[in-house]
Amino acid sequence: MTYQWDFAPVLARFDLLLYGLLNTVKIALISIVLGVAIGLLLAFLRLSPKRILSIPATAFIEFYRNTPPIVHFFWFFYALPVLMNVSLDPFVAAVLALSTQSGAFYAEVFRGGIVSVEQGQWEGAKALGMGRAQLMRRIILPQAFTRMFPPFVERSFELTKTTALASTLAYADLLYQAMMVNSETFRPLEVYTTIALMYVVLLVAASSLARVAEARMTAYR
Amino acid sequence: MSESILRVSNLQKKFGSLHVLRGIDFAVEPGERVAIIGGSGSGKSTFLRCLNFMEIPTSGTVELDGKTLGRPISDTSDVRQYPEAELCQVRERVGMVFQQFNLFPHMTVVENVMEGLVTVKRMKKPQARERALTELRKVGLEEKVEVYPSRLSGGQQQRVAIARALAMEPEIMLFDEPTSSLDPELVGEVLRVIRQLADEGRTMLLVTHELGFAYHFATKVIFLADGVFHEVGTPDQVLKNPVQEKTRTFLNRFSEFSF
Repeated sequence: MTYQWDFAPVLARFDLLLYGLLNTVKIALISIVLGVAIGLLLAFLRLSPKRILSIPATAFIEFYRNTPPIVHFFWFFYALPVLMNVSLDPFVAAVLALSTQSGAFYAEVFRGGIVSVEQGQWEGAKALGMGRAQLMRRIILPQAFTRMFPPFVERSFELTKTTALASTLAYADLLYQAMMVNSETFRPLEVYTTIALMYVVLLVAASSLARVAEARMTAYR
Repeated sequence: MSESILRVSNLQKKFGSLHVLRGIDFAVEPGERVAIIGGSGSGKSTFLRCLNFMEIPTSGTVELDGKTLGRPISDTSDVRQYPEAELCQVRERVGMVFQQFNLFPHMTVVENVMEGLVTVKRMKKPQARERALTELRKVGLEEKVEVYPSRLSGGQQQRVAIARALAMEPEIMLFDEPTSSLDPELVGEVLRVIRQLADEGRTMLLVTHELGFAYHFATKVIFLADGVFHEVGTPDQVLKNPVQEKTRTFLNRFSEFSF
């Protein structure tokens, strides 16, 4: 027997899927921004010579690296209300889970970029009389960012795909919307093929942007 | 006595169990040009790098304008800790040129020279640019101001590095083997720039293997061996009529293949 593909019922509800895609982009962008902030903070803490700063940061990073992302989602959604009597809506819980988790991964990306800048660059800056903050801002981070960019993009793609887990908290992301459309159309193959293509279009577009950005950043080499 | 800008007393530096500097007393007098020579591993670069705290001395004191820098970590200890502000202050006044140039690759030549002026000295950009261009003209690189360091030869990069250090108007310049990583035919252009600075009467310390240059350049030559000043004197004394056996052995190795 041959399967009769029929995208019509799915395409008739394309607005629902577009809404989901928009929510996926929204949650991904917000989590990337927060994740970068958390990641930078963790990277600096981890690089600190003071153990009282570096050990907690390392513990945080190791915890997130070694636990499945869905556990973080459930934990923020179900545990916080019980423990602290704050009830989070799915969006907030998902953003918290995604940004803390990706913060841990970004921290390693940033730290790798920072330590990869040659000793001579640190010395060249110090010899001019720069303090640690000036040296970081003017000399080390600009060079580190260009080096950490490819792994950073990789992590951000990973994060964007992980947003699909927010559907388990009933957040109306692309996957959740697909499940809704599926329950109305009973066309799972068509629905999930469509959203797979939508993820592809989103991420391929993002990666072309990333390539342009990378080419501009490394123009000096 | 009080004239010296920088003075070190009983300076020691250990890397783990390796005792590199074993108690050095030294003062930099204004206008003098010191060449520091010695075998590899003798501690000559480490000594130079302690003067602007690229290396933190393990013990001993460094005085700037008669004021001892840092403070002991405890009343009984001779180990000192140095607040960042004090280190920055020293480094602003003591410029350094490195063996590997250490230019900032993400900045153009002129931006490299402006960087310290804008970020450290808080100079306005147009003034900093003027100042940078003046220094770049001095080292003969006015044609290259807008290119990135990766487009320059080693000799040109080192001249930019010299301009970058000079722009800060340091009272002392430290040169750490400035020609050691250059192709032989590029050494001359860098040495000529250093020579020109000598003619201006700048206070300079130079770690080098270019003994011929050291002879013409220096007002004082120091032969460093085993972490101490083994022989100190005028270029004629140390390079032509050394008293110490070790100095003679070292110098003989240089003349082995001369013609």
